[in-house]
Amino acid sequence: MSIVIDRPQASRIKVVLELEVNNHAGVMSHICGLFARRAFNVEGILCMPLADATRSRIWLLVFEDQRLEQMIKQVEKLEDVLSLQRHGAEHAVFERLEEFFR
Amino acid sequence: MMQMTGAELIVRLLERQGIETVAGVPGGAILPFYDALSHSEKIHHVLARHEQGAGFMAQGMARVSGRPEVCLASSGPGATNLVTAIADAKLDSIPLVAITGQVPLAMIGTDAFQEVDTYGMTIPITKHNYLVRDANELLDVVPAAFRLAMSGRPGPVLIDVPKDVQNQRIEFEDYPAPVVPAPLPAPDLAAIEQAAQMINDAAQPVLYLGGGVIASGASHLAVTLAEQAGLPTTMTLMALGAMPVDHPLSIGMLGMHGARYTNYVLEEADLLVCIGARFDDRAIGKAAQFCPKAKIVHVDIDPSELDKIKTAHVGIHGDVSQVLEALLPQVHVKLREDWLAQVDSLRSRFPLATPNIDNPRSHYGLVQAVADALDDEAVITTDVGQHQMWVAQAYPFRRPRQWLTSGGLGTMGFGLPAAIGAALAEPTRTVVCFSGDGSLKMNIQEMATAAEEELNVKIVLMNNNALGLVYQQQNLFYGKRTMASNYKRATDFLKVAEGFGLETVDLDTADDPAATLAAALKRPGPCLIHCTIDREEFVYPMVPPGGANSEMIG
Ligand SMILES: Cc1ncc(C[n+]2csc(CCOP(=O)(O)OP(=O)(O)O)c2C)c(N)n1
Ligand SMILES: [Mg+2]
Repeated sequence: MSIVIDRPQASRIKVVLELEVNNHAGVMSHICGLFARRAFNVEGILCMPLADATRSRIWLLVFEDQRLEQMIKQVEKLEDVLSLQRHGAEHAVFERLEEFFR
Repeated sequence: MMQMTGAELIVRLLERQGIETVAGVPGGAILPFYDALSHSEKIHHVLARHEQGAGFMAQGMARVSGRPEVCLASSGPGATNLVTAIADAKLDSIPLVAITGQVPLAMIGTDAFQEVDTYGMTIPITKHNYLVRDANELLDVVPAAFRLAMSGRPGPVLIDVPKDVQNQRIEFEDYPAPVVPAPLPAPDLAAIEQAAQMINDAAQPVLYLGGGVIASGASHLAVTLAEQAGLPTTMTLMALGAMPVDHPLSIGMLGMHGARYTNYVLEEADLLVCIGARFDDRAIGKAAQFCPKAKIVHVDIDPSELDKIKTAHVGIHGDVSQVLEALLPQVHVKLREDWLAQVDSLRSRFPLATPNIDNPRSHYGLVQAVADALDDEAVITTDVGQHQMWVAQAYPFRRPRQWLTSGGLGTMGFGLPAAIGAALAEPTRTVVCFSGDGSLKMNIQEMATAAEEELNVKIVLMNNNALGLVYQQQNLFYGKRTMASNYKRATDFLKVAEGFGLETVDLDTADDPAATLAAALKRPGPCLIHCTIDREEFVYPMVPPGGANSEMIG
């Protein structure tokens, strides 16, 4: 039977999203705006240009949530988002950073 | 080598893209562009009286033509005035390219005169947007804006161009080619086969068409599917016209103001075939209780629509036309006599009630009288309110792009400028704007534009001297505490229209209102046709906001 996407239910399971995006002013606003208006909390953000400088990589740390699939589809729709990959919490990128937040 | 300014380049690129008419209002930050436009022999500029009007004129052109059209505004207040029309285009998936002037690059971020962050402000209401920092970028940005507006799920794109970028002289080899829509996603053949199987196996299937059917030019394919598989077919507000209302398989519009039988048929469905619709709350009521017995097949060009509100058993990401073409050969011919007999029985027991339809001075009667005086070539626009719902319920729509209304955003003030846009794009058609006295006042200044352009636009004003739909809701759901929904003073619309240079006709005082109306609709040129409507007439049936579609009142 069809089910309805109900009120958000955030879990404590972490998900790491890896995005490749066009590198220009404004890309971050496009992406962060999508999360902010849905009150979908982004726990961590990391962004650096890639070697050729026309592109950047963005790492997002979020919690698994019923709405995550929809969130990902919305992000993938953005013109400046070239690709999106989903990783589990075991990904090292934010763990290694933790040292700078002690 | 070619040499020109950024402003000249934009004009050339618009011309090469086939743009013939643009609507806008000039101002300091976009004057270099207007100066370049003054030399164009191909583009006709329509001077709107408010930027929101310009935005809706471009929308009106785009809604009848199906291709992106252009509106213009200056920086600051010009851009903020455009915002509503852009947001409206986003929610109804209308292709639009908005070009705004901006303060010079070096002044951005200094709170310069007429500076607003147009780029930041329009991120959530555009499909994509650009702030151009170098005129050379225009060679990519302008074609990309058109390609994006027209590709996949259509939508509005904004290009913000600082004044010095418009004046910047650049050199380049050659113009970029005019753009066409990006290639469509390959249809998922396995999913289509599964969908066909489900249609073939279903006992009580219903076809549910949305605006995507119109956008994809797939109306005839949708009708063929319905006929082949014997599917009773409902349409959203945005899809009216996809199947002629008098087609035996049409069960009309669903949702908040749909006929009782339509919503009851959906209650009985065991399969819902949703084509280019998005399960909007005004259409489906309480999502958990919509089509409680049905499995769902959902086709949409936008993958984020699949499983957004209702989880589909088969979700197909693809262009509606392509998917239907692949689906049709696999769908068995079925008469479905039992199911269609059940539908007919519901229809005859719970039809749409249209009291006083023979009286042209009543709400449904006026809609009927207009339809009687016109043929299917006419274009019908509306504003937002009770009058919009009465037209949606009672006008006999028979072809796609015959009907232009603000669906997703529900913007009062849409009707008149959208009608002007439709008349600009298709000057041989009669364009009728059904309006309300509240809505008309939201863009009434565009009467001046209609008169100046001598357009064949007829405003049919259903005047109840009230914000009728609000008055209705307060009466039904707020203990009859009517507040801020009745006007204390009536506006003399006939004088106002006359002042703007329109012909006027008052059905209130006409001896033979039907004949007077028909004659006014036949005379060329813009005209206001005024009719008083009883304030106590409500739109029925009605699903209370937040309620299930089975809980209709009235
Ligand atoms: C721009 C805007 N402001 C407010 C509303 C809320 N609203 C919806 S219908 C309505 C009343 C419309 O009045 P009118 O145009 O006279 O139509 P009627 O319902 O009387 O036929 C209002 C205020 C809206 N839809 N759009
Ligand atoms: Mg009114």
